[in-house]
Amino acid sequence: MTIQARFHIKRQDFTLDVDLTIPSKGVTAIFGHSGCGKTTLLRAIAGLETSHKGFLQVDDMIWQDGKYCLPPEKRALGYVFQEASLFTHLNVEKNLQYGLKRVPEQDCKVSLDQAIDLLDIRHLLERRADQLSGGERQRVAIARALATSPRILLMDEPLSALDMMRKQEIMPYLESLHDELKIPVLYVSHASGEVARLADHMVLLDQGRVMATGSIDDMLTRLDLPLAHGDKAAALIHATVAGHDNDYDLTYLDFAGGRFSVSHKDLPINHPVRLRVIARDVSLTLEYQTHTSILNIFPAIVEAMTPEGKSQIVVKLSLNGVPMLSRITRKSAALLQLSPGKQVYAQVKTVALLS
Amino acid sequence: MLSESDLTALWITLKLALVTTLVLLVLGTPLAWWLSRTRWRFKFILEAIIALPLVLPPTVLGFYLLIALGPQGPLGSMMQVFGGQPLAFTFTGLVIGSVLYSMPFVVQPLQSAFNAIGDRPLEVAATLRASALDRFFTVAVPLARPGFLTAAVLGFAHTIGEFGVVLMIGGNIPGQTQVLSIAIYDHVEVMEYSQAHWLSGGLLLMSFLMLITVYALNRRFTVVQP
Repeated sequence: MTIQARFHIKRQDFTLDVDLTIPSKGVTAIFGHSGCGKTTLLRAIAGLETSHKGFLQVDDMIWQDGKYCLPPEKRALGYVFQEASLFTHLNVEKNLQYGLKRVPEQDCKVSLDQAIDLLDIRHLLERRADQLSGGERQRVAIARALATSPRILLMDEPLSALDMMRKQEIMPYLESLHDELKIPVLYVSHASGEVARLADHMVLLDQGRVMATGSIDDMLTRLDLPLAHGDKAAALIHATVAGHDNDYDLTYLDFAGGRFSVSHKDLPINHPVRLRVIARDVSLTLEYQTHTSILNIFPAIVEAMTPEGKSQIVVKLSLNGVPMLSRITRKSAALLQLSPGKQVYAQVKTVALLS
Repeated sequence: MLSESDLTALWITLKLALVTTLVLLVLGTPLAWWLSRTRWRFKFILEAIIALPLVLPPTVLGFYLLIALGPQGPLGSMMQVFGGQPLAFTFTGLVIGSVLYSMPFVVQPLQSAFNAIGDRPLEVAATLRASALDRFFTVAVPLARPGFLTAAVLGFAHTIGEFGVVLMIGGNIPGQTQVLSIAIYDHVEVMEYSQAHWLSGGLLLMSFLMLITVYALNRRFTVVQP
């Protein structure tokens, strides 16, 4: 099942011109600089932004076809706005019920209790909307959207109005959303960290146009896209907890390309984790180094290379099919005589556990 | 103290203010809502027309109304075609005049209250399956409640205080169109100062109390913007 979206929306100083097909499962990040049209695209999908040129199909439902355009209230979607927009004239419970009451009973698949428990807001039900912290308000807003049993959940930078602490507070709830509900999510963001942590797919927007779409792992490591460049360039690796080493207080994480050793994480065996490996932290050697303090060394094949600035090169590696990036100096690349197809060893200095 | 005819004038005044306020709320709410939402480029013309009574001498408004509502006027002759009386010098005529005269005092607070809500809560309601009418009654109206209070009290108080329009189209008929402000004028004309004192003092106190209520209850709203 897919979401097909074609929009041509002209605004005073901006045109959104997209033609997209997105899988309607998992989390799809809509990513790009501010002003690239992410929010406009999301609003067009919700029916809040309209133009006569457009087509939108979500699974088997056609929401827009040219001038035929369902109003937002006729679309089975949930929308979480950037700033939590709870109704200030209603308390938390009434806010949660507002959407739920308006959904026909046979369409109710998510119960109010389920939404309340998932976002852990039962203790807030009696409160007034303006008595909540920013993080709590956003959790209520997410639960309110979920309680309408949406066929798709649209989230417009739901964390951007929150400080670091609140972001950390709300992230686990977003992850559990991802893991427990089968509702596809479109997640607008310009924070690559959030995206790497939550998303399965990505739509990269630039100046109102789609630059590329694909799975998050591919998109982050495609050398022709800006994501693989700059100091934040990083690969995303899906691994599972393989075991713990109590002597050295380490945790082993297995992925297709080998085994990571990281400092102890209190996670059960087989628990899936997402790892982020920053390109700057990956160095390359031609031979397997034994006399080194680095624990995480993997055999890899050079897939492609592209210069970064005058002195550096970004190398895309394949670790038994798993893509990884390494940023090294152009001189090192010359000394190692790197070229596509060459067998190397990737030494990973640091790795960040995302979940 | 108050005479029989003063009490009648008080009763007519209150009845006029109440009816006018109700009519204005019914007409003014959709008008204010439309003004706050429309992107029509010429809406400022309509806004200026609604605000006219704020600056116009009431006698001017009253004069034109007298002509319109009288036997030869468009509204008055239309009434006669349907077998009714011309509206000048009737209570209905007073209500029509008061509605026009107090219009800005109801429409403007409502419009600024609706403006203050912004688009966001209504968009949220739309994504929560509420239709346009549903959104209006369950989101816009409750959120604009302070504006409604202001509008009702100002409309009521302003109607009670009107003089010029009523004098022009009401004709000061005791028991029918004689309101308090005109009764006071009559008392002063014949040097009945003590009765004028009673009525004026009462009116002053009542108006003050109503305004106190409005300003105390919603301090964050602009009451009337020019």
